[in-house]
Amino acid sequence: MTAAPARHIRARGGLHGALHRSKAFRGYALLSPALVVLFVGVVVPFLILLMMSFWTRQGFDFDTTMTTLNYARAVDEPIFGTFLLRSFWVSGIATVATVLLCYPMAYYVAFHVHRNKMLWIILITLPFWTSYLLRVFAWRVILGYEGVINASLLSMGFIEKPLAFLLYSQTAVIITLAHAWAAFAILPLYVSLEKIDRSLLEAAADLGDGPVRRFLRVTLPLSLPGVIAATFLIFIPTTGDYITPALLGGPDGAMIGNLIQLQFGAVNNWPMGAALSIILTLWIAAIALVFVFLTRRAERVVA
Amino acid sequence: MTSSNPIISIQSVGKSYGSFRAIKEISLDIEHGEFFSLLGASGCGKTTLLRMLAGFEDVTDGAVLIDGEDMTGVPPFLRPVNMVFQSYAIFPHLNVTDNIGYGLRKQKLPKAQRQEMIDEMLSLVQLDGYGARRANQLSGGQRQRIALARALIMKPKVLLLDEPLGALDKHLREQMQLELRRLQQALGITFVFVTHDQEEALTLSDRIAVMSGGAVLQVDTPAGLYEHPRTREVASFIGHMNFLEARVTGRKNGHATLDVAGLGTLDVPANGAALSTGDRTSIAVRPEKLRLHHSAPENGQRAVQGALKMTTYLGERSHFHVEVPGCDRPLAVSASNATLQDGRANAIGQPVWLTWAADSLIMMNDT
Repeated sequence: MTAAPARHIRARGGLHGALHRSKAFRGYALLSPALVVLFVGVVVPFLILLMMSFWTRQGFDFDTTMTTLNYARAVDEPIFGTFLLRSFWVSGIATVATVLLCYPMAYYVAFHVHRNKMLWIILITLPFWTSYLLRVFAWRVILGYEGVINASLLSMGFIEKPLAFLLYSQTAVIITLAHAWAAFAILPLYVSLEKIDRSLLEAAADLGDGPVRRFLRVTLPLSLPGVIAATFLIFIPTTGDYITPALLGGPDGAMIGNLIQLQFGAVNNWPMGAALSIILTLWIAAIALVFVFLTRRAERVVA
Repeated sequence: MTSSNPIISIQSVGKSYGSFRAIKEISLDIEHGEFFSLLGASGCGKTTLLRMLAGFEDVTDGAVLIDGEDMTGVPPFLRPVNMVFQSYAIFPHLNVTDNIGYGLRKQKLPKAQRQEMIDEMLSLVQLDGYGARRANQLSGGQRQRIALARALIMKPKVLLLDEPLGALDKHLREQMQLELRRLQQALGITFVFVTHDQEEALTLSDRIAVMSGGAVLQVDTPAGLYEHPRTREVASFIGHMNFLEARVTGRKNGHATLDVAGLGTLDVPANGAALSTGDRTSIAVRPEKLRLHHSAPENGQRAVQGALKMTTYLGERSHFHVEVPGCDRPLAVSASNATLQDGRANAIGQPVWLTWAADSLIMMNDT
C-alpha cells in the first residue's frame, strides 16, 4: 500500500521528479525569485562598484587600469575622514535618540494595550505613509527661522530673537532623522516586546523582583533582538543619507552621503565616489559587528 | 480546620471580573506542612484562587492571610510564597544556574555561598552537572525540575504549583508525582497544588478541595472524598459512581430511611445531609463495592436480582453492566478477575444477583 505511491514518484523523471525528490532543491526553487532579485539588484551592482573603485577618472572618461589611488586619497585627505566621522556621529546620535524614544511607545502598545493593537501600530506609523521628502520639508517649516517653534517661543516671550541653531545645523539633521526613521524602530521593538512570555515577568515578580529590576533583568534582555534590529535598520541607512543633510544640514551638517553624491554628480569622479561607498560599507560592517559583540556581552552582565 | 495557626487562611474570599463572579466567597484553612490540592475542571476558579495566593490577582472581597499576615495589597515580590508555573516560565536568556539563582541575586550573598546553594538545589532535583545548559537544551521534565528548584531555593513558606505536571507524558508524570511527594516530605514545606486530574490529586494530597463554578464543594482527605462524597458533583468527579434515585421516608439521629429505586427501603447514615422526610435525593455506590453473584445468596443477605447486559474484560478487572428492575440506568459493577467465580459470568442476559456492604451506600446531600 505505502510502497506504490513512492515508486510512482521515483519513476517520474526530469525537473518534476527532482522537485519531488530533493528537499534542498525544492527550497532553492522556492527561493529563486528572491535570489535572482538579490543577485541582479545587489551583488552585481556591488561588484561593479567595487571594480570601478579601482579605476580612475580621465577627463570625461574612465581609466580602467587597476589602482588603489582612490583609497590612498581617501586616507590621505582629511576631508573624507572628517565627513565620515561626522556621519557616524550624527546618525549614531539619531539612532540612539530614535530607539530611546520609540522603546516606550512600543512597550506601551505591547504591554498596556489589550484591544486593537494593530490599530495602534497603524496609527503610530501613519505619519510614515507620506513621502520622506515631504517629512523633511515639514521639519523645515517647524524648525525654520520663522518656523513653528521659533514663532511660538517668541510669542510666549521665552526668547527675544529666533533661535538660529535650529535649522541648517547638525541638530536639525538629528531631529529630522530621528523622526523620519521612527517607524523602523517601533515595529521591531514592538514585535520583540510582544513576543515576551508574560509568565516570565510573573516568575520574576514571584522571585522577588520589583518592576524596575523586572524590566532590567527580563524585559530588556529579551527585547534586545528588537533593539539590535532597530539600531541597524536606522544606523545603516541614515549614515549614508544625503537628502536630510542637504536640505537641513547647512554648512556643518553635510555628511559622507553628500560627498559621495557630489562625486557622482557635480565633481563627476565616479571612481572616487565608488571608493568612498566601499569604505563606508566596510566601516558600517565593522561597527555593526562590534555592536553585536558588545550587546551580547552586556546581556550576560545584566542578567 | 480547627487549628489556631494555619499557614494560609482564606477568609470569605471572592473575585469578580465585572459582573462575572470567578470566585464565590471561599473560606479555607491550609495547615503547616500540608500537601493541599485544588481539584476541579478547567474554568472552576482553581487557578484564579492560586494566583490570588501568589498575589497576581487581587482579591475583590475578603482577605488572604499567610502565616497570620494579611496579604491584601502586598505585591507578589514581597510575599513569602513561590510559584511553579504551568508553562514553567524558565528564563530563556539564562542558563540553568542563573535560572535557579535568579531570586538569590537580591540577597547579596557571597558568590561561593550562592553557588553552593544552587548546587545543592541541582542535586535535590537530580540535575547535577546541568548548570551550564541553556533553557532550550532541556526536556520538559528537566524544565519542570528547574522551575521547582528555582522556587524552592527561596525557602518559601508555601510553594504554589499550577498544574505543573500537565505538559508531561504519562510515564514522566508518574515519576514526577513520586518526586514531588518525596520533596514535599523531605522539606516539610506546605504545597498548594492545582490540578484537574483527580487521580493525581488522590495520589499526592493530604487534603483536597474540590472546586466547581468558583466555589469549594468539599474539602477532605483523599479517602474521605472517595468514600464519603457529599454531593453528586463531587461523587461523579472522583472515580466512577452509580447513582440511584431515592426519597427520604424517615430520619433518626444520624441515619435516614430511604426508599431507593430498584433496591427498596434502606437505612443509611445521613452523611451530613440536611434533608427531611419527603425530600428527593440519591444514593451513590461505587462499582467495586457491589458484589456479583450467579445464584441467589443463601445466607439471607439482602440482594437484588438483575440481568447481565454487558461485560468488559480489562485484564486485571472486569466491568459488568447489570439491569435492575426499577433503576433507569444499568448499574456498573467492577470486580477483580482474581475473585470471579468462573467464566459463566460472561453470558449476556443471564440472571445475576447483586449484594453490597451496608456502609457502601452513600447518601447524597442533593438530588
